[in-house]
Amino acid sequence: MDIDFGFVLSQAFSPFNLFLALIGVVLGTVIGALPGLSATMAIAVLVPFTFTMDPASGLIMLGAIYTGAIYGGAYAAILVNTPGTPSAIATTFDGFPMAKGGNGDLAMTLASLASVTGGVVGAILLMTLSPMLAQIALAFHSSEYFWLAILGLTLVASLSSGNVLKGLIGGAFGLTLSMIGVAVIGGDTRYTFNTTALLGGIDIVSALIGLYCIPVLIDMVARPDRHLEPAPLGRGFRLFEAIGICAKNGFNLIRSSIIGTLVGILPGAGGSIASLVSYSEARRASRHPERFGKGEPAGLLATESANNATVGGGFIPTLVLGIPGTPPDAVILGALLVQGIRIGPELFTQQSGIVYVFMFGLLIATLLMLPMGLLIGRYAYRFIVNTPKGLLVPLIAFMTVVGSFAIHANPHDVVVMVSMGLLGWLLGLAGYGPSPIVLGLVLGQIAEQGFMRAYMIGGARGDFAGQLLFNRPISWGIVALIVITLAVPIFRHFRANGKAKEVRP
Amino acid sequence: MIFKKLTMLAAAAAFAGVSGAAWAYPDKPINYIIPFNPGGESDISARLQSPYFNKVTGQDVVIQYQAGAGGAQAWSVLNDQPGDGYTIMGTNLPHIVLQPLLQDPGYETDDLTNVYMFHFTPDALIVRADSEFETVQDVIDAASEAPGALTAGGSATNSANHIANQLFANETGAQLTYIPYTGTGASIPGLLGGEVEMLWGYTTVAAGQGDEVRMLAVAQEERHPLFPDVPTFKELGIDMVGGAYRGIAVPESTPEDIRQQLSDIIGEINADPEFIAQMEEAGFAMLDVPYDEMDAFMEERKRVYGEIAEQLNDE
Repeated sequence: MDIDFGFVLSQAFSPFNLFLALIGVVLGTVIGALPGLSATMAIAVLVPFTFTMDPASGLIMLGAIYTGAIYGGAYAAILVNTPGTPSAIATTFDGFPMAKGGNGDLAMTLASLASVTGGVVGAILLMTLSPMLAQIALAFHSSEYFWLAILGLTLVASLSSGNVLKGLIGGAFGLTLSMIGVAVIGGDTRYTFNTTALLGGIDIVSALIGLYCIPVLIDMVARPDRHLEPAPLGRGFRLFEAIGICAKNGFNLIRSSIIGTLVGILPGAGGSIASLVSYSEARRASRHPERFGKGEPAGLLATESANNATVGGGFIPTLVLGIPGTPPDAVILGALLVQGIRIGPELFTQQSGIVYVFMFGLLIATLLMLPMGLLIGRYAYRFIVNTPKGLLVPLIAFMTVVGSFAIHANPHDVVVMVSMGLLGWLLGLAGYGPSPIVLGLVLGQIAEQGFMRAYMIGGARGDFAGQLLFNRPISWGIVALIVITLAVPIFRHFRANGKAKEVRP
Repeated sequence: MIFKKLTMLAAAAAFAGVSGAAWAYPDKPINYIIPFNPGGESDISARLQSPYFNKVTGQDVVIQYQAGAGGAQAWSVLNDQPGDGYTIMGTNLPHIVLQPLLQDPGYETDDLTNVYMFHFTPDALIVRADSEFETVQDVIDAASEAPGALTAGGSATNSANHIANQLFANETGAQLTYIPYTGTGASIPGLLGGEVEMLWGYTTVAAGQGDEVRMLAVAQEERHPLFPDVPTFKELGIDMVGGAYRGIAVPESTPEDIRQQLSDIIGEINADPEFIAQMEEAGFAMLDVPYDEMDAFMEERKRVYGEIAEQLNDE
């Protein structure tokens, strides 16, 4: 295929497309920052407007909104402990403790740098290695999704250091929640107590908003001290400090971005698994794993670079195979179809001009995210820090209701959000954190469906064990990671105990 | 966003009140609720319809999404909406027949007032381009040698694909093990990656995947214009015509004359040659079941799905 790069660049850098990329990033960031308003929804609402533009411009705008929304999810995660999107779940682990400790401004800047790094790595891999990487989407079978979800679940153990039993109970509770509703495989109706409202199951986003945000709100009301410590005047963006931290974490950033891109390629996984797995890997590779979960910048860098890398990664199967990598990709694919562009394998060969203009546009939008993100992030940080609690609490409470309603335009999701919130608060008092529950809820469905499909296919072929593990080399690799993740802390524990005994007189 | 839409609608309603256009329907934008997430085939076909809606009536449709419980969440509240003709909702077969048969989704099939069925995505048996199966007969032969050993992927349990698999078994005696995925999109990597031998999909899947896949047969009365070389099941002596049907329903309080007008509008869109070309290019198959023929059509579908549902339940 011949690509006229002069044409592609002049198109991608045309003032109109640059303007669209800028608008898209700003809009996406704001939407992503508001819990409940998702990238999928933002794109779906804006798709009709792009029909008046030429296809490449429309695609650039949609891509910019998408990448902005994934980045914006970090804001609510850092400032109010609420993942705006499932991709930002792991960002709360260290982002909110940093903000609590008076380093919210640094956390916001780090999130911007990490998101741009991840986005750029994802976009570059999309531009250079797409056709090859797309094969990963096909190499992953149901058994691999099962093991990948189990790998994510091992985080329950490390997140609940101090009280593993409570973590496991929380995780099991989350798994139970994930089973509510009509099962995709088998069609059985489970745990609905004969109410139609529960047939659709517990919506993950409304559970996220409830479990993370409501306890924070109750806490803000119950305690007299400020929500976040205000930054001393004149401290600025702390950009150079942040760049220094990034430089020290260079390997972590690159590893997380690559994990993010690869997981993004998998149509059944998505940003939540990408950021959880790279968080887990960063923690395992760190010399100070005990600092994770208490405000460790390396954890924040890992999750934010990984989730933005899924944007570029998700476009790989979308553009090469016509298989949407993520839900927003599905909407964009639908928009292309309506515009009369033949999707699927032909897109890359016959319409490569549009595809390359779009990919450059995505890269530009990602880079624009740095200045825009720093500015909007600073404003958001100041707003949350300086607004009196009396105003902030009702405002956030209002947003949680609007956000959970907006998911499906359904009041039932608001009820779920509030119930999960109150439950989360009570469990929090008893020492059960929200994260193990959320991991169970998010990963439970992926694990169950992967296992069931492997079981059914294995049954048909008379070789279940082979289908699940023994004939699947990729599964061996993931299982090895699971074993290492679980074994290393035990090994460290015994070594530490051994040393302690030697010191004893 | 919801609020933006509401204010827009409110403004439109106020304007309509002032201008006093009393009987001309529609004289303001119509809310078109899709009971699934954006990006699916219901969404795509609604988006393809929307410009023609404006062309025919001069008014826009505002597409909204109310996904949940495979569509049941939206269908169970359709009759609570105002029946003034400005709220319409997409309906899908076999969903609206099978859901009330197999569980209690909060509505009955007859609660939904369908005014038009406008297209369907015909069932299709699809294999990889490099598959050893060249014809449907190859599949039947292989399946009778080892019943249940061949796997066929599809979207969800108790769905159009699941029914197609059962119908195929009833008609030919070929037992395939049906493997449900979370959606049509999710089943495609399963086929291309070799996890399953074949797919119960639709013509739209083959339209999207081009040379990567081969369709063995389609469940239409006549061959699809996009695939003139692919036989219908009927040509092969297998009595299978069907797929996933899509239509439009209104709240039951909607007056008869508005139901009829809406049916006429959608019929006019469906007759637009440009619209037909776009739909067929994407792999859809046109269908015209207007309001006055709806009862007979639904009775026929209920009978077909009812028999299959019993079999699926017994499994």
